[in-house]
Amino acid sequence: MSFFGKKGSCHETPTVSSTGAKKVALVGNPNVGKSVLFNALTGAYVTVSNYPGTSVEVSRGTTTINGEEFEVIDTPGMYSILPITEEERVAREILLTERPHLVLHVLDARNLERMLPMTLQLIEAELPVVLVVNIMDEAARMGLEIDIPLLSQRLGIPVIGAATAKKVGVPEIRAAIAGSSASTIAPFGYSRLMETDIAGIAGCLKADYILSKKSLALLLLQGDTEVADLVRDSEGEGFAQVEATVREKRFERRESFHLDLSMERKAIVKKVLDGAFRTPQKRVVTLAERISRLTVRPSTGVPLLLVVLYFGLYQFVGVFGAGTLVDFLEGKGFEEFFNPWITAVVKGNVPWPVIQELFVGEYGIITLGFRYAVGIILPIVATFFLFFSVLEDSGYFPRLALLVDRVFKTMGLTGRAVIPMVLGFGCDTMATMVTRTLETVRERVIATVLLALAIPCSAQLGVIMSLLSKTPGALLVWGLCLFGIFLLVGLLASKVLPGDTPMFYMEIPPMRLPQFSNVLTKTYTRMQWYFMEILPLFILASVLLWLGKVTHFFEKMIEAMTPVMASLGLPKESAVAFIFGFFRRDYGAAGLYDLQSKGLMDARQLTVAAVTLTLFIPCVAQFLIMKKERGWKVAIGIGLFVSTFAFGTGWLLNRFLLLTHLV
Amino acid sequence: MKLSDKAEEILEALWIESEERGTGYAELDRMEIDACDPAYHELSAQALVEIRDGRIYFRPEGREEGRMTIRRHRLAERLMMDVLNIRGESGDVKACQFEHLLNEGVDSKVCTMLNHPATCPHGKPIPPGDCCEEARKSGDLGVVPLTELKPGDDGDIAYIQTEDSKKMQKLMAMGVLPGNRISLLQAFPSYIFRVGFSEFAIDSAMAREIFVRR
Repeated sequence: MSFFGKKGSCHETPTVSSTGAKKVALVGNPNVGKSVLFNALTGAYVTVSNYPGTSVEVSRGTTTINGEEFEVIDTPGMYSILPITEEERVAREILLTERPHLVLHVLDARNLERMLPMTLQLIEAELPVVLVVNIMDEAARMGLEIDIPLLSQRLGIPVIGAATAKKVGVPEIRAAIAGSSASTIAPFGYSRLMETDIAGIAGCLKADYILSKKSLALLLLQGDTEVADLVRDSEGEGFAQVEATVREKRFERRESFHLDLSMERKAIVKKVLDGAFRTPQKRVVTLAERISRLTVRPSTGVPLLLVVLYFGLYQFVGVFGAGTLVDFLEGKGFEEFFNPWITAVVKGNVPWPVIQELFVGEYGIITLGFRYAVGIILPIVATFFLFFSVLEDSGYFPRLALLVDRVFKTMGLTGRAVIPMVLGFGCDTMATMVTRTLETVRERVIATVLLALAIPCSAQLGVIMSLLSKTPGALLVWGLCLFGIFLLVGLLASKVLPGDTPMFYMEIPPMRLPQFSNVLTKTYTRMQWYFMEILPLFILASVLLWLGKVTHFFEKMIEAMTPVMASLGLPKESAVAFIFGFFRRDYGAAGLYDLQSKGLMDARQLTVAAVTLTLFIPCVAQFLIMKKERGWKVAIGIGLFVSTFAFGTGWLLNRFLLLTHLV
Repeated sequence: MKLSDKAEEILEALWIESEERGTGYAELDRMEIDACDPAYHELSAQALVEIRDGRIYFRPEGREEGRMTIRRHRLAERLMMDVLNIRGESGDVKACQFEHLLNEGVDSKVCTMLNHPATCPHGKPIPPGDCCEEARKSGDLGVVPLTELKPGDDGDIAYIQTEDSKKMQKLMAMGVLPGNRISLLQAFPSYIFRVGFSEFAIDSAMAREIFVRR
């Protein structure tokens, strides 16, 4: 798995290509505020949250300081310059290949001791490093005292104290970027034995590298295969000797090299911090910590989760978003004012009925596609993303993750998968993209299947809730069905797919009061992304449906699907909703909504249709993302499985309901 | 009065049958070692067992000897599995050969090294020895996995025992380093602990691999 030689990998958004501007790389542990700093420097917006690992991609932007332009690169969080996960590899690649003018190492003031080892690594790599000690405000609140000038003196690099979320320290950082950048020789070293081993390998390295030879030697000793590839390419014939020396040293130190190195670094950090980092005698227990305890203890955490779901999802998204807002926008705005008006305008100006149909007919671009997108889907999705962003920024999700880890383990996932799953209730397409943050391929596949099958997106959820809310029994059957299938399929998938139980570990960030402006910006960017994604699809769907109608192909398709519908006990008109569902599931659900308003279905039929449609193949966009993330074979496999499973379940459910008269 | 290997095996079998199953004796016909083996004579000559009516019984001294023999056997099993990582059948066979070397105080050394385990890898109890009693009295709990701590307990990280070097790196990068202070905050549904000013959540599989000195 080599990333070398293909500068500008597929992970980047090519906003600013290498225009020759000097590059500034932001690196550091997850959740220390790199993205906040990036936004403050560039004025751009990349998603920021209180959840470790939000940035899975590299973002690039520019900033101009004193008339000179700089390219700022935001990287995913990394714990060390020896990468373990995919994101860390992506971040490290920037350091290895891009020759940054400056590396800004951002860390969390409260965890200086734990995060400084990486600063040491950057310094010994002879990169031009500036240390940003961030989150100074929260550290001060906890009674921590940090002597920034002393720290700078001991490390031999510029150190800036900052609270980037409050814009404290940003001018200093800008000044540091504009200033000259020079790498320093590390003012610290390891034990004599370690230094001898390092020198033995560094001495064999003859080629020219971006990182120092000492740093490369250490990475080789730690068994870094990527660096080994890089060195092999650069050294040519000399590599045999390097490899032999490394192998010998690795064998000599086979017992505990990683540990020895970490312990030596820890000792150096201790010396650097001596007198420069003072902790209070008594631990300050903040209110946030008390709330945090409540969220993670099962006896209070589970009820709290239910409260969050009830008020956030049901009341806010369901009742307010899908009810009040949709009624207002769709019912009043479109049905009463906009549609009659636009229909009159089009009919008045376009003489051909076929073209009139295209725009304002039964499946018209404006009267159907646009109305669905703006009138029904938009308000639901907007309320959901608002709810999600508030939770995300408060730091609730990592706590939810540890609460559900045990349940998720039975499905071959870990608590870590809670983010894509919850996000799936907003938009499955977006969530499928986020499955990338899961550690193993197996977890990613299981999560993708579950998202495709059993997690309804917010638009679908909203429409279905308003469909079934008149018959509470139906809503209950639908909910139980989906929940059962979610667990069952997860359980089966973890049995069928080979692989080990994944491990769960997660840093728990402090709980914070979400910042209003950040929540709004984030909701806005997500909505924008979502809208850009769905609107073209809705319009395309309208056009295709219109084509189907004028060519009478549509009727034939309904004809063809009638037996399938009949076997599910549904009227043949419901085929239309399923054909809509091919484009997007929410579009299909909105179709059901229309059918119900016409009074064409009874409670049982609605339940069966709602369950089948929820399970049914994911929308076109989600399918395309599945293909992009998992490849054709897996995507098609999942698509076929999901469709068969959906109709199978629909058939069974119909039989069951006929027999029991439950609904 | 070192017993022969066969005699020790008879004592073990008798211990399981008589004490753990609670029958009070063992049928000679059902013993794995043939009834006419001289080892039976060796045992009765030393007044450790009594054989009558085709059944074999412990005498009081023999019961104590049986207890220590089974203890040595199960300690050997633990040693094979936990330290030498020899598992399955070959681990059992090796343990059977190894147990006979755990005499004269070697057993308590091994027991202390293993931190006085209470059960063998198959889940059967290991009868406690003097060393276990002493350790319990002096309150020296030694080094225990994080899973043994109660919420609210503190300790120093002693070492990390994992075969997965990636996991080791991850833990160390998170600040789980020998010598660091660790406080356990919660043990269910996941383990939550604090190192420095950060909190982490891990599952029990990972918690078992972090060893803490209280």
